[in-house]
Amino acid sequence: MIKPELICPAGTPAALRSAVDAGADAVYCGFQNETNARNFVGLNFTDAELEKSIQYAHDGGTKVLITLNTFPPAGKFDLWRQAADTAARLGADACIVADIAVAEYIQRKHPDMRIHLSVQAAASSPEAIEYYVREFGVKRVVLPRIMTVGEIKGLVEEIPCEVETFIFGNHGLMVEGRCSLTNYVTGQSTNMDGACSPAACVKYERADDGSMSTKLGGYMIDRFGPNETAGYPTICKGRYRADPREDGYYAFEEPISLNASTMLPELINAGVHAFKIEGRQRSRAYVKKVVGAFREAVDAIMAGQEPKLADLVALTEGQKQTEGALKTKKWR
Amino acid sequence: MTSHITPPRPSRGVGALPFTPPLPLFLLQPVLNRIVRKIAAENPDMFARLGPHRHEHFLIDPTNMPFMLYLRPDPDALDFRAINRCTTPPPHVARISGSFLDLLTLMDAEQDGDALFFSRDLIVTGDTEAVVCLRNALDDVDEPIAESVADMFGPPGRAALNALRRAAENATKRKEAQS
Repeated sequence: MIKPELICPAGTPAALRSAVDAGADAVYCGFQNETNARNFVGLNFTDAELEKSIQYAHDGGTKVLITLNTFPPAGKFDLWRQAADTAARLGADACIVADIAVAEYIQRKHPDMRIHLSVQAAASSPEAIEYYVREFGVKRVVLPRIMTVGEIKGLVEEIPCEVETFIFGNHGLMVEGRCSLTNYVTGQSTNMDGACSPAACVKYERADDGSMSTKLGGYMIDRFGPNETAGYPTICKGRYRADPREDGYYAFEEPISLNASTMLPELINAGVHAFKIEGRQRSRAYVKKVVGAFREAVDAIMAGQEPKLADLVALTEGQKQTEGALKTKKWR
Repeated sequence: MTSHITPPRPSRGVGALPFTPPLPLFLLQPVLNRIVRKIAAENPDMFARLGPHRHEHFLIDPTNMPFMLYLRPDPDALDFRAINRCTTPPPHVARISGSFLDLLTLMDAEQDGDALFFSRDLIVTGDTEAVVCLRNALDDVDEPIAESVADMFGPPGRAALNALRRAAENATKRKEAQS
């Protein structure tokens, strides 16, 4: 039985240190530009911060994976080249990529660098994954959050690379790397600019009765009652009026987070090589609590013990959690 | 640039802490000055995360306290003031409201801001980008800010912080019991 690596998010150097201290096997993080899919204001790493952070992580026995998981638009490829060169120069352990040109560049210029295929590449079939392995030497694929454990097990048996699955965090089941909803409303692309619902386009308005409206790019996408839990300001989690129902409803997805803590034994038995925790945009308090909880759970399972599953619902979007497609295709 | 949000009506605060009579705010001012200067001196890198928003004014509203805090996190022109809740607040780009304990634990990275937002315990209005920058800048400060501020004042400071935490926790428990 393989002991899966715990792959943990970091949006700042302090969050990275929290992840390392909480027992992460690897931390993933990005630069302060469009080369990563969490290109949010005030977040991410300068070259100097990354250099120190990699040192800190390696001293603690933790790997650092660099997210280069966006798609370079024509004429801007230099930014992705520079990011890959910097990651290699600073001693990063792998680059997580979505675009075939970025993968080809890393394979050619930095042949010793491991390439992980991002969820943004949306590769879920053996044929697609084998293509990336054969052409670009991809060592690991991060699977989209649309597969059951049974499907993952079947895939692991068929493909010639490692498999990484999400176990906690955002539960947006759009076809990742293909979603253009933010682009449609704000003019900024999640896939090329790296920002889904950029904060500059988000407004929260509170009414006298305590209700709160969320607007993105000037369009109201949800309104929460005074005592109703809230979610992220993304189009896919908005509530809309549409013909099938009389009132507004969550037409795409609900504000809810993935929590696969109860599925860990099954995922380990399926041969998954790495478990990913989403949330580079979250605080180091989140990182510390979530990483600590999953570290304890994975270690307990590997030791043949019953895992203590920490209550993480307070950290979930809308304070609701689901095992998602891992458990059933009918997750809603 | 400061694009001001509409000032809300002055209020006395919600569920004010029982031990907090009207405070002579001028007594707080030297303390606040020391706090903000200490944090700025020890964490000069944090200002880069604020980008252009370092020049903006933020209104931090501990809803169960008789005062609000007015902050401009500009290393060249730091401004951190307590203002009377019963007066109209000065111009600000964003307002961050929550219980004193939630704001304190948020500042010390004991709680996650998104989680408080999901539970509606943290309310943000105004320029969301400015607030996100401030959150990320403070979250990259390693040491617990409230603890280090308390340490500035020795044992009396630490005792005061503990008393504040206890009072705020009790206020929260009372609120939960009533709801």
